[in-house]
Amino acid sequence: MHDGTIAVAMSGGVDSSVVAGLLHRDGRRVIGLTMQLWNQRRLPELATSGPTGRCCSLDDVYDARYVAQHLGIPYYVVNFEDRFEQQVVKPFIDEYLAGRTPIPCTLCNNFIKFDQFLDMAASVGAERIATGHYAQISWNPDSGRWEMRRSADRAKDQTYFLFGLTQDQLSRTLFPLGGFEKSLVRELARELNIPTAEKPDSQEICFVPNGDYAAFIDAYFREQGISAEETRGELVTADGRVVGEHSGVHHFTVGQRRGLGVAAGEPLYVIATEPISKRVVIGRNDALLRSTMSVKDVNWISIGPPDEPVRAEIKIRNKHAAAPATITPTSDPARVEVRFDEPQRAVTPGQGAVFYSGELVLGGGWIE
Amino acid sequence: MERYYFDHNATTPVSPEVLEAMLPAMTEVYGNASSIHHFGQAARQKLDHARRQVALLLGATPEEIVITSGGTEADNLALFGMARHGHAITTTIEHPAVLVASGQLGSVTKVPVDSRGIVDPDSIRRALRSDTKIISVMHANNELGVIQPLEEIAKIAAEAGVAMHSDGVQATGKMAVDVKRLGVDLYSLSGHKFYAPKGVGALYVRKGTKLAPVMYGGHHERDRRAGTENVAGAVGLGRAAQWIIENGPKEWAHEGALRDRLEKSVLDRIPDSHVNGAGAPRVPNTSSMRFDGIDSDALLIALDLKGFAVSSGSACSSGATEPSHVLLAIGLTNEQSRSSVRFSVGRSNTAHQVDLLTDALVECVAHLRKLAPAYA
Repeated sequence: MHDGTIAVAMSGGVDSSVVAGLLHRDGRRVIGLTMQLWNQRRLPELATSGPTGRCCSLDDVYDARYVAQHLGIPYYVVNFEDRFEQQVVKPFIDEYLAGRTPIPCTLCNNFIKFDQFLDMAASVGAERIATGHYAQISWNPDSGRWEMRRSADRAKDQTYFLFGLTQDQLSRTLFPLGGFEKSLVRELARELNIPTAEKPDSQEICFVPNGDYAAFIDAYFREQGISAEETRGELVTADGRVVGEHSGVHHFTVGQRRGLGVAAGEPLYVIATEPISKRVVIGRNDALLRSTMSVKDVNWISIGPPDEPVRAEIKIRNKHAAAPATITPTSDPARVEVRFDEPQRAVTPGQGAVFYSGELVLGGGWIE
Repeated sequence: MERYYFDHNATTPVSPEVLEAMLPAMTEVYGNASSIHHFGQAARQKLDHARRQVALLLGATPEEIVITSGGTEADNLALFGMARHGHAITTTIEHPAVLVASGQLGSVTKVPVDSRGIVDPDSIRRALRSDTKIISVMHANNELGVIQPLEEIAKIAAEAGVAMHSDGVQATGKMAVDVKRLGVDLYSLSGHKFYAPKGVGALYVRKGTKLAPVMYGGHHERDRRAGTENVAGAVGLGRAAQWIIENGPKEWAHEGALRDRLEKSVLDRIPDSHVNGAGAPRVPNTSSMRFDGIDSDALLIALDLKGFAVSSGSACSSGATEPSHVLLAIGLTNEQSRSSVRFSVGRSNTAHQVDLLTDALVECVAHLRKLAPAYA
């Protein structure tokens, strides 16, 4: 249907390699681009020898290049390090220190992959981009909108991280794997003779080795000459009783149980982190339950901004089972109020809230 | 798709006469140049002949030429061989082979350049210290093509009793080089920048210069560079030098005309375009140009997809480009540096190719500017 050049975002992993291979096999004009997002020489103390390596590790670039050579497609590495640090890494750290739990993958999607990368693709003459994301995009002629659906492989679904995509971005984006099971993607990789077909999946946030946010932030602070002591503070109960000290608010996230270092007769959890007073509030599990939340910076995808309350299933974390709720618009079109049918555990400021109607992604925003 | 190569400062193809000269040195004449027997002597003869050709190109004597694996090794040999634990003076626009290597010496002062990319000899003089062992200033810059006032700087070095090195990798083959007239003690060159193969270069070491080896082993290259001689590479280097001796001035006029044609038509046809390093003496084949509001990475890729090979910044280990330290050093902003592209013409380029390149540039820059909201 579209004959123009397609720029494939190649990470060196199996998914994006299969995307490039499939489009190439279909006779599309394909160019491979790898985004260099993080200078791997930085923060050497975080170096890991794990199987997935670190963000933009040379191994991943070599793998992507190898696949591009194998397919015989033009291939380039583009340097987005500055933008990534400004738009993803720094906001990630700021959010964390502000007591919220950021999701850098969403920031990266909003500001890098579906923004700067899309611009770069257009600059070099590619009308569309394709990525290995597990999500489905389709055009609905009746509503005149691009719609997004969860991927066929429910376990791989990445729509939670894609709620920021605008209609313009969706119109220029292909997710060729959205309709496939992951096991089929592996098979396709073998069928296409992709040299990296057996490479393990990466799981972690790409620039944070082993998922250790706190260690990353500590190392980044040392590099920038910022004192990490600033975030030490008191561990308090909900009624303000000081029960201990903690090593930094960024070591804690709402709902966390481990690492509190406080002995009590019952399990205790982080209820809130307060960056200004540097206090971490702890309490019992039931103190984590909430029925309402405000959601800001809302982006509507499969439906336009509603005038009336809308019923939806809402995910408040990637691994959360979407919970039924009512979304009520406010006078600010970018803000909604949400009331869950049942109280939800650990509604965490800074996380995304994504609104579903069955398979359909209605939209989403950020929990305040 | 037709492809056009405008990146001769990155590397050049091996020329037919160089290849022809090299082939027998890899087939019939396969001896070890250090062996005593006939086979060794035949190889030695080729090596010595090549050394004389290289010496002739530089105005040196053969025993002053150390054959190396290339420009980087020649630079490292000069710096570590003269100043391993001492102080070095260099400039902010050197190639990494000097810039990074000099950082591993005892200490280093990096002298800034002006907005054309030229270093002021007086600031070199002011950087002299009692423990200064070497001054290393490149002859022609790889990105701008700008030529440094080496003779003046070499005089300062001589007066101070300090060794004078120049990285001549981007000058050799592109302009007349006479090491005696320049007054340098050490001069690096690289074969693949002037139609010899990759993997061979040379360091000129003025007679009487006390150079310590960097690699230890056998008594090759008069104990200055251990390792079995790369005879075939040296033969290629020598033949390439011979070609320059015979054809240099004609070739430089050809390249200069093409470069000037490119700059003139680009400046005429593309608004808000600029030549970096304009107004300075430059080698004839190099042009660094800047197009306001565009991202050079995107321009480079767009041009490559149309068949035109140019360069932007220097590639880091992943293959992504990094902001050019040279362009920042001449006072360009990060953004200006990121909107600059280097064109380097060579022997096979024609006026027709330059015109095609200009057409492609006009089209690509207009497209990129249309997409760039910042450019109004």
